[in-house]
Amino acid sequence: MIKGADREWLKRRLIGSALFMTIAFAILSARFFYLQIIQGEDFRRLSKNNCIRLKSVEASRGLIFDRNGVLLVDNRPSFNLSIVLKDASPVARTLETLSAFTQIPLADFQSKIDANKIGSKYTPIQLKKGITRDQLAVVEAHSFDLPGVLVTVEPRRNYIYSKSAAHLLGYLGEINSDELATGKYPGVRGGDSIGRYGAEKVFEQYLRGQRGGRQVEVDATGCLVRVLNTVDPVPGKDVFLTIDNTLQQAAETMLEGKAGAVVAIDPSNGDVLVMASTPSFDQNDFIGGISSKKWKELLADEDSPMSNKSIQGEYPPASAYKIITALAGLEEGVVDLNTRSYCSGQYQFGNRVYRCWKRWGHGEVDLISAMEESCDVYFYKVGESLGVDALAQYARGCGLGKPTGIELENERSGLIPTSAWKKRRFGEAWQPGETLSIAIGQGFNLVTPLQMAVLTAAIGNGGTLYRPRVLKAVQATDNQPIEVKNPEITGGLPAGQETLKIIQKGLRNVVQGNRGTARSIRIKGVEIAGKTGTAQVFSMKKKDRERDEPLDYNLRDHAWFICYAPADNPVIAISVIIEHGEHASTVAAPVARNLVRAYLEQKGLIQAETHPEDKSKEKDDV
Amino acid sequence: MMFDRRLIECFDWGLLVLTLLILSVGLVVLYSTVAAGENAVSYVLFQKQMIWMGMGLLIMFASVSVHYRHLDKGSVAIYFTCILLLVIVLLFGKYVGGSRRWLALGPFTMQPSELMKLSLIITISSIYSGVVGEKGVGFRDIIKPLIALTIPFGLIVSQPDLGTALLLFFLSAGITLFVRVRKRVFLVFIALGAPAVPLVWFLLKDYQKARILTFLNPDRDPLGAGYHIIQSKIAIGSGMITGKGFLQGTQSALDFLPEQHTDFILSVLAEEWGFAGCLFLLFLYLVLLLWGLNISYSCRDMFGSILAFGVTLMIFLQIFINVAMVMGIMPVVGVPLPLISYGGSSVITNMVGIGILMNISMRRFASN
Repeated sequence: MIKGADREWLKRRLIGSALFMTIAFAILSARFFYLQIIQGEDFRRLSKNNCIRLKSVEASRGLIFDRNGVLLVDNRPSFNLSIVLKDASPVARTLETLSAFTQIPLADFQSKIDANKIGSKYTPIQLKKGITRDQLAVVEAHSFDLPGVLVTVEPRRNYIYSKSAAHLLGYLGEINSDELATGKYPGVRGGDSIGRYGAEKVFEQYLRGQRGGRQVEVDATGCLVRVLNTVDPVPGKDVFLTIDNTLQQAAETMLEGKAGAVVAIDPSNGDVLVMASTPSFDQNDFIGGISSKKWKELLADEDSPMSNKSIQGEYPPASAYKIITALAGLEEGVVDLNTRSYCSGQYQFGNRVYRCWKRWGHGEVDLISAMEESCDVYFYKVGESLGVDALAQYARGCGLGKPTGIELENERSGLIPTSAWKKRRFGEAWQPGETLSIAIGQGFNLVTPLQMAVLTAAIGNGGTLYRPRVLKAVQATDNQPIEVKNPEITGGLPAGQETLKIIQKGLRNVVQGNRGTARSIRIKGVEIAGKTGTAQVFSMKKKDRERDEPLDYNLRDHAWFICYAPADNPVIAISVIIEHGEHASTVAAPVARNLVRAYLEQKGLIQAETHPEDKSKEKDDV
Repeated sequence: MMFDRRLIECFDWGLLVLTLLILSVGLVVLYSTVAAGENAVSYVLFQKQMIWMGMGLLIMFASVSVHYRHLDKGSVAIYFTCILLLVIVLLFGKYVGGSRRWLALGPFTMQPSELMKLSLIITISSIYSGVVGEKGVGFRDIIKPLIALTIPFGLIVSQPDLGTALLLFFLSAGITLFVRVRKRVFLVFIALGAPAVPLVWFLLKDYQKARILTFLNPDRDPLGAGYHIIQSKIAIGSGMITGKGFLQGTQSALDFLPEQHTDFILSVLAEEWGFAGCLFLLFLYLVLLLWGLNISYSCRDMFGSILAFGVTLMIFLQIFINVAMVMGIMPVVGVPLPLISYGGSSVITNMVGIGILMNISMRRFASN
């Protein structure tokens, strides 16, 4: 029970509260009075003349250029047809007229309107995206007969070199409601497009502009009377990629009709000059949503056009891996420049015979000639002395078995096996014989073309591993392009200068030496250092390999070639893989050769060849 | 339990009539907003609102048969159930417009933060009813209510829903002032609170800062919130004395407000029913509030008195914040108009609140 004293204060408090609330309500009433009685006349007029509407002004998306300022991606105007139901009455007749003028079936319009049940009669409903110039002309000419029908202009993404560098550039797609809900895309609204893949996705923050808007007064027919307020849109920033379009085109031309990838890197900073992956896809198909038929086709293609093979393709490195074996062997003191060995064409290990690719053997070889001629037996022995775990340690130190850290998404890390890994993965102990396969880059080893390019660049530049990058600079309107990220060194090769000198010499001899496996790709006036590789897709018995008829396409070996040039002071490092290309020296190496020539010519390091006579000369050489 | 015949005699018919009147006003206005859309989808909103009101009435009637003193005993359980719901909503809640406020229950969604309002009132009333004395409450008495406020406050701020969190704060502060605090306590809190204001500013999300800046200067954001406030004022002002008439509003038809059936519903009423309509609603509300205060006065135990005051204060704060917001004299925070705005959690919370008032009212003469 509440006692007397308590009752007293309770009463005082409650009366106070009642007064407080009454006064608060009086203030609210006074405000109503002010708005509705004193200013009511003005507001009534404003609401009648009705009215103020918001028009959003799209911001244009940033353009994409190559390193030399060649335009790769721009925006072209696209015309859309919309209708404001309130202004279009009678709606049915307007739609019929519109359908007659544009030859677009009436049912299309009707379905768009039905789909928009929730919207108000005052907001425009989009009837058709991307109408043709002819349709635009006829609608504009008869706008008087088409009340409430609006034509809006919208910038539409245009990929100038369709299919070229498609994996790198990527494409756009309409944002979905889940993405909108995450709040990661401030200022983006339903129906807007965002980067979905490649550079368009990872550089979204630069490319995306900020939508502006106008507060406008319109008359009864929806026509603009005056603009009350404007917030200017902020256009997206232009992005300069590190790729060289001329080189990119050259690489893609040479890859045409094949499945494979080419990566070229500037060894002095990690700039990616070429990133080609074939087969490719046409990004223009993705604008406004790709048709499900096309999408299914892309996914069903066995050569996986949607995968960027330069960062997602994982292949056995094959003989190109001998670089690692040689490097580890030298550093661990297992071999030196003068270590000699006899190759009879095969090597007996335990109760198995491991063969050299050259059936009748290389005879007496030293480290340099073993690299030059890609002698398997020599490296079986080096690998055997090193053991799998020492090899793996060096391979990881050289950047293999882990992502390179390029800006693009979904980069694969490849695989460098260790004995612990095998135990974990298969529950089995490592067999010493497997080390022999690993030493020549077969077995469990997997690398991506980008990893090999980064490694090649590091061998060439004296041991520095750079994080490969595709973003050169970003440019806001009217400003200078700004490099947003400096070249980044991720580490050094685990090798001394002496070791590197030996390896560089071996690689040089692969092209420049008399017995080099890639001697056919020499260029006059410059020395190239490289390494061929033939990756077994399918291991088979020797006698099967010696059949006369060509192998099934899917069973043919992958052809690798990596190189850098000029050999003494490289400006470009290249890695090429041709899936099922079989012959490294005649299928993969020429691709690299043409790129080297094109790039060095462009840089003025070699003379541009005059075509007719030189071609005949070349034939003589071969 | 024997049912006291006096309970039925003392049933608060006036309060029931008053509530039904306000609910009817709400339905009429909601009908205007859904009719403006002119399509089947929006009528679903109207039907849903009817269902919620029906549910609210059922809960209201069902709850009056249980003596409110059980709320006192069960306050801890009620409180922690609500806290649990708030934690669940943070973990599994539906993400709408950048915040997690809703729990999905089949076709319906609910906002645990709404229920938390009532739960906090019950908890704080229960705590204070044991400690009030002649001198007012001291530092030690304030610790428990402070903790009881801080937990849900933090959980709701992280949804984030600053509007509801601040409402909880004002509610607790109001009840504390109501039961009287010692002067020292009051002064210390003022001294501590004043420097906290700039601190809070840094804790606000960007969109919340933007709302406050826009409130201070509507021209700052003519396309966003500033546009809504201007349009809301046009709608209210254009109603003039008697309004444009039922379903004759044009501003609402223009879809200028994203939340015209929830937080901005009052501008629709003001446009169609004018100054007269607004005054009528404010009058109904004021009677309801005074009725609530009177129930607090006539109650014969401390818990009931504080509880009745708390519920009344909750209704008052929501009304004041919402009305001031749509008229542009307060920043836009998501506080609905009690018994009028569309929304199940809000309707049910307020009706349960009124149910509590009825519960206390009909036992004013009953012996313990």
